[in-house]
Amino acid sequence: MSEDTRKKLNRREFFSYLSVAWVTFTAAAAGLLGMAFRFSYPNVNFEPEMDFIAGRVGDYEEGVDERWKNGYGVWMVKEEGKLFALSNICTHLGCVPTWMPAELKFKCPCHGSGYYTNGINFEGPAPRPLERYKITLTPEGTIKVDKTKIYRYEKGQWDHPDSFLSV
Amino acid sequence: MAEKGLADKVRETQVWKSIFRHGPPNNARNRAAVVAGNVFLHLHPIKLKKSGVQLGYTWCMGGLTFFIFLALTVTGVLLMFYYRPTAEYAFNDIIALKEHVPLGIMREIHRWGAHAMVITVWLHMFRVFMTGSYKPPREFNWGVGVILLVLTLLLSFTGYLLPWDQLAIWAIAVGSNMAKATPFAGHGGPGAMLAQIGDFVMVSDKNDVRFQLLAGRFVGEPALLRFYILHCVFIPLVVGVLIAIHFWRVRKDGGISAPL
Repeated sequence: MSEDTRKKLNRREFFSYLSVAWVTFTAAAAGLLGMAFRFSYPNVNFEPEMDFIAGRVGDYEEGVDERWKNGYGVWMVKEEGKLFALSNICTHLGCVPTWMPAELKFKCPCHGSGYYTNGINFEGPAPRPLERYKITLTPEGTIKVDKTKIYRYEKGQWDHPDSFLSV
Repeated sequence: MAEKGLADKVRETQVWKSIFRHGPPNNARNRAAVVAGNVFLHLHPIKLKKSGVQLGYTWCMGGLTFFIFLALTVTGVLLMFYYRPTAEYAFNDIIALKEHVPLGIMREIHRWGAHAMVITVWLHMFRVFMTGSYKPPREFNWGVGVILLVLTLLLSFTGYLLPWDQLAIWAIAVGSNMAKATPFAGHGGPGAMLAQIGDFVMVSDKNDVRFQLLAGRFVGEPALLRFYILHCVFIPLVVGVLIAIHFWRVRKDGGISAPL
């Protein structure tokens, strides 16, 4: 009878193989978890751009303009020699207020917060005024609104030169 | 010898014997085999203490919660045959569930059942607390129960978006804004401002936990699909596993409600 030439695994070798197996398994499981996490963040989303060209200064009358509200969530407000881009996200819990032309105020339907045309809150639970977005003139003379840059009244940022256009 | 009844004749067929290995439950041994040999019943103990089934003590709230969960699973699966989670169809399909489908009450059962389950879960927790049933060796099961409570509320939350009406969208807009305030992981939360290098913002509304939840910066169609999957598949799977653990531990930790 021929001798069994296969090498027998001793105890020490068995455990070193076992630890390699466990490290591999743990790494694979962690990798899969990481993939699942990254998978939940799509590379492309089909939301409106964060900046847009909002026509020319001459396009706007005195008061509140709603033409960019549905597309970009912005009210263009022209008053007291300034044109600024007002966010339409309520500072209370994030609903969208309604412009009430008869009462000259923004009124949030969720919990009743009210804002003046300049964005300052005066009624309801809103803790601070609406935010304003960066607004600049392009070399072509058109208005560019950039929603990635926010100016807050309570931080004294509404005096910043990029938070309004003088008209 | 007495005449054999129909039941005895059925019990002697091969079909019956292939399904049930035990004899008729007319003695203690067979009655134990009924429970131990059944995949659905075997989480149950073979014997119960009389005090364990006293309604005045347990209120049967855990059992009622499980019953409602099963009812919600059945009605929910039926609703899925008609509901399409897209911005174009979702709201119309909800209307159709009432008006175009026989037994249009199915969605109402699902909705009222969901409310009822939240109530019974709280009452169950209240009962367990008042009877001191969270104490060792049951403290692990209390922890499992707290996770199940949170998952029940998350099932309610995710289901709330699916009708895709104004109430749903703004409720989820308000609710998901809470994720904004998550420490370090939400762009409005504490710590998020620290993670800023010059003009480069590391935690923004494009990569924080709220974006992960909604698959976007606001409640839109991707959020509807994501909530639908969470509501119908992901959370129920986790809940199912945790329910199994919960019931198993009830038995292993001394049975329901009896003093140890």
